[in-house]
Amino acid sequence: MSEIAAPAGFTFRQYLICLSGVVWREGLRFLHQRERFISALVRPLVWLFIFAAGFRQVLGVSIIPPYETYVLYEVYIAPGLMAMIQLFNGMQSSLSMVYDREMGNMRMLLVSPFPRWFLLGSKLLAGVAVSILQVYAFLLIAYFWEIEPPTKWGYLTVLPALALSGLMLGALGMLLSSLIKQLENFAGVMNFVIFPMFFASSALYPLWRVKESSPWLYYVCEVNPFTHAVELIRFAFYEKVAWTSLAIVFAYTSAFLVAAILAYDPARGMLMRRGG
Amino acid sequence: MTPALAIRNVSHSYGARKALDDVSFSVPPGSFTMLLGLNGAGKSTLFSLVTRLYAARHGEIEIFGHNIMREPGAALRRLGVVFQARTLDLELSVMQNLLYHAALHGVGPIEARRLGQAALARAGLAERAKDKARALSGGQMRRVEIARALLHEPRLLLLDEPTVGLDIKARADLLALVRELVQEKRLGVLWATHLIDEIADDDQVVILHQGRVLATDRAQAIVVAQGAANIGEAFTRVTGVAQEKLSA
Repeated sequence: MSEIAAPAGFTFRQYLICLSGVVWREGLRFLHQRERFISALVRPLVWLFIFAAGFRQVLGVSIIPPYETYVLYEVYIAPGLMAMIQLFNGMQSSLSMVYDREMGNMRMLLVSPFPRWFLLGSKLLAGVAVSILQVYAFLLIAYFWEIEPPTKWGYLTVLPALALSGLMLGALGMLLSSLIKQLENFAGVMNFVIFPMFFASSALYPLWRVKESSPWLYYVCEVNPFTHAVELIRFAFYEKVAWTSLAIVFAYTSAFLVAAILAYDPARGMLMRRGG
Repeated sequence: MTPALAIRNVSHSYGARKALDDVSFSVPPGSFTMLLGLNGAGKSTLFSLVTRLYAARHGEIEIFGHNIMREPGAALRRLGVVFQARTLDLELSVMQNLLYHAALHGVGPIEARRLGQAALARAGLAERAKDKARALSGGQMRRVEIARALLHEPRLLLLDEPTVGLDIKARADLLALVRELVQEKRLGVLWATHLIDEIADDDQVVILHQGRVLATDRAQAIVVAQGAANIGEAFTRVTGVAQEKLSA
């Protein structure tokens, strides 16, 4: 009970306890928020069952890697929808961080004696774990719609891709959460982050089609990190590696992570400047 | 003796507005210190600096001799905080809230459950462990927050206007609970308030007004020094603010 008795640092085991505690809480919260789970599932399914079915006749997709035959439009957009689940989840975690900060929960996290980068990293991993659960729930339903990888191994090979893209989108969300002051601004996030990222990407149409209609838009899509998250997932689902996309997603992930940790650093962060 | 909390020459600004201006005082171990000030006096800013939400750029803050900026880990593990905003996760049970907090301090679930039971028993809420936090009254939530803040056995407890929104009985219970903790565990407590009637004669009092410390001493001594009848009148003399503003 003496302050002198407290050891100077934490053991590896204690780091694990902290990480698992944060993941456990995120999981519990997720289980308690059934609406969040259902809407996370319904959103891509609407795109799959309605949008894709309607556009099947309009948008033909020629044979492009990783596909070796003509594929149905539903099959083409499935990886984009997996990434969309993660995009929404990343932004929603950021929303929950704004909410947490308003409610004081974020302060509870930040007043923990563990290093701040570790706390934010734990929070991020917890969000990624939840997003991967959502994606697999989506894949289960999509399976009955005959959207499946060429072999069952695809379900496994897509996992590292989902982990990395989840990290990238989660880190982007975390960075945004340090900049957003109020909950209402989530509508702004929808308009200025989610929709542009989703539409200016290869999620709904192959980029060669975009290039035909607008070279300018094509370049926007090419630098859009979301495009590369989609391609990384698309290839991994087909047991292949999109090396360029992997490198780009990795680079964006690192950049977003560093920026998010700096933004939450009390000495430099944005928190202070706002007085929030 | 190393103070539980030492604040030396701390200033802080939001842009052009100076929220804290050269603030210095200390909280000895085993003492109950009241940080008395109106809303907007700078109490919450000070708490944000001590809990390292913002960087203390001007001045020094130490918790049991550990500088909050240079050794944040060592400082924060000796600190328990009850924030002004409610910070329980309403969807989770009382015990789940405690376990989460314990994990944030590197305490595993088995040990945390034992500590949690003991802390809840002390707060008189042992049988509410499995209830959802949402089911508790305002006063009970505060008591759980105090139990939670003490779970990792800190030696300094910070409370930011903990009685706001509570009825008279819940306020008195909460105050009694914390005073007991000071006695029994020799905790150093810093209790921010704008309510005069929470102050006892023997409490250390720090009067914070418009970001500056105007008086710091035992309540009784401040009253005597100001030639006032009570601490409310003393506050008025020190700050020039009508006393009614302190009882709202």
